[in-house]
Amino acid sequence: MYDGGKIITGIIIGLVFLTFPIWYTHGTVPPRPEVKLPVKEKECVEPRPYMKTKHMQLLDLWRDSAVRVGKRSYIAFNGKKYNMSLQNTCMSKDCHAKKTEFCDECHNYTGVVPYCWDCHIEPKKEPKEKPEEKH
Amino acid sequence: MNAILSLVVSSLAVFGLVVIAFLGVWGAHLEWLFGVIIPYLAAITFFVGIVYRVVQWAKSPVPFRIPSTCAQQKSLPWLKYGYAEKIDNPVSTAGVVGRMILEVLCFRSLFRNTRLEFGTGDEIKYKSAKWLWLAAIVFHYCFLVIILRHLRFFTEPMPFFVEIIENIDGFFQILLPTVYQSGFLLGAALTFLLLRRLLDPKLRYISLPADYFPLFLILAIATTGILMRYVLKADVVSIKELTMGLVTFQPKIPEGVSVIFYIHLFLVSILFAYFPFSKLVHMAGVFLSPTRNLSNNSRIVRHINPWNYPVKVHTYDAYEDEFRERMIEAGLPVEKEAASPSDKE
Repeated sequence: MYDGGKIITGIIIGLVFLTFPIWYTHGTVPPRPEVKLPVKEKECVEPRPYMKTKHMQLLDLWRDSAVRVGKRSYIAFNGKKYNMSLQNTCMSKDCHAKKTEFCDECHNYTGVVPYCWDCHIEPKKEPKEKPEEKH
Repeated sequence: MNAILSLVVSSLAVFGLVVIAFLGVWGAHLEWLFGVIIPYLAAITFFVGIVYRVVQWAKSPVPFRIPSTCAQQKSLPWLKYGYAEKIDNPVSTAGVVGRMILEVLCFRSLFRNTRLEFGTGDEIKYKSAKWLWLAAIVFHYCFLVIILRHLRFFTEPMPFFVEIIENIDGFFQILLPTVYQSGFLLGAALTFLLLRRLLDPKLRYISLPADYFPLFLILAIATTGILMRYVLKADVVSIKELTMGLVTFQPKIPEGVSVIFYIHLFLVSILFAYFPFSKLVHMAGVFLSPTRNLSNNSRIVRHINPWNYPVKVHTYDAYEDEFRERMIEAGLPVEKEAASPSDKE
């Protein structure tokens, strides 16, 4: 082998870069995220497999409908009517009240940083009064 | 092989791979094979193959400098040898490093691409042709961004740069999940590179299945990835469980991973396994291109051919020592006179 020193250094640098995930995680398997499901409410606005993979598209639809069209009522798959609102419907007291116990679980695990929170604020832990009644 | 046959062979190969993964997982439920065994085998083939290729290259001697350069060689002091020349026709290691950096990061050789064209009448001219460079650099950097973005499936917690890359890549915040430009730019660049081969008669003539297959394979990988992210959707949490299992050597097949993911993973595995055997190995080979990584110092340093075998030499001095007396007898001129008889005894 010619220029063995340089070649081996190059190979080692290449291998270190290419195996980054292996030595970065060094064998620790992170636990699968456990989301806390609401106790009172049994059904979401759409069936569970749909919500699992497509909730962001639904929320996007809601955002466009509520903010741009001004239409806020959503008829769920089971015929129930819902108010299109992330903070007041999705994250109401009886549903996914805590961002840290629901949204963040999977988002942190899969490294998703949704820009919902650029505009929205997560509901307070124990909301004493609804935001509408404030003014 | 003509263009049509090359296209048919390579596209059928990629299509066949998709069908194999689809039937294997959807029909035969071989999740372990397609989710664990094949990715591991592909990774082993990739690493062993690349190292083997590099070692093989390193075993080939490159005895002489190949100054295929575009600048003045370092010469007499009154010939200009400035910064541009130092990089284009380097004599020092620093110059070579500069040239390699420009080659590897900016694809400088492609940037210099010219095309011979007929002007008016018999006139011919060399025109700068940058489209290949543009498509190549877009393709390579998008692929790099995509690979780095995929670290979110292979690390926990994510390294800091992944989020920065994602933010830049999804800068326009179009749709949800946010459209990453890199995936679509990659597809556009690949389409250009494919059309370039198909529409230029000269290129079509020299293109082989080995040229079309990687293009189709990477296009298929991009398509399955884009479909999975934006259209068909996938259970990302389960997928991350699977990928983290691979990377921590504790493989696991979680429930709820859709077939499209296995097709995507199988195509990526094929790409990795195919790497060392194909032209794609230029990823490692670019660092070993002799016209780029050798300094042009032939006039400064003597380079000796390493396969020169030792030649038995008989110098004139030794020859004269051996035959001096007979030379004198024959009346031939000698450089040294014969030793005096007193010395001889």
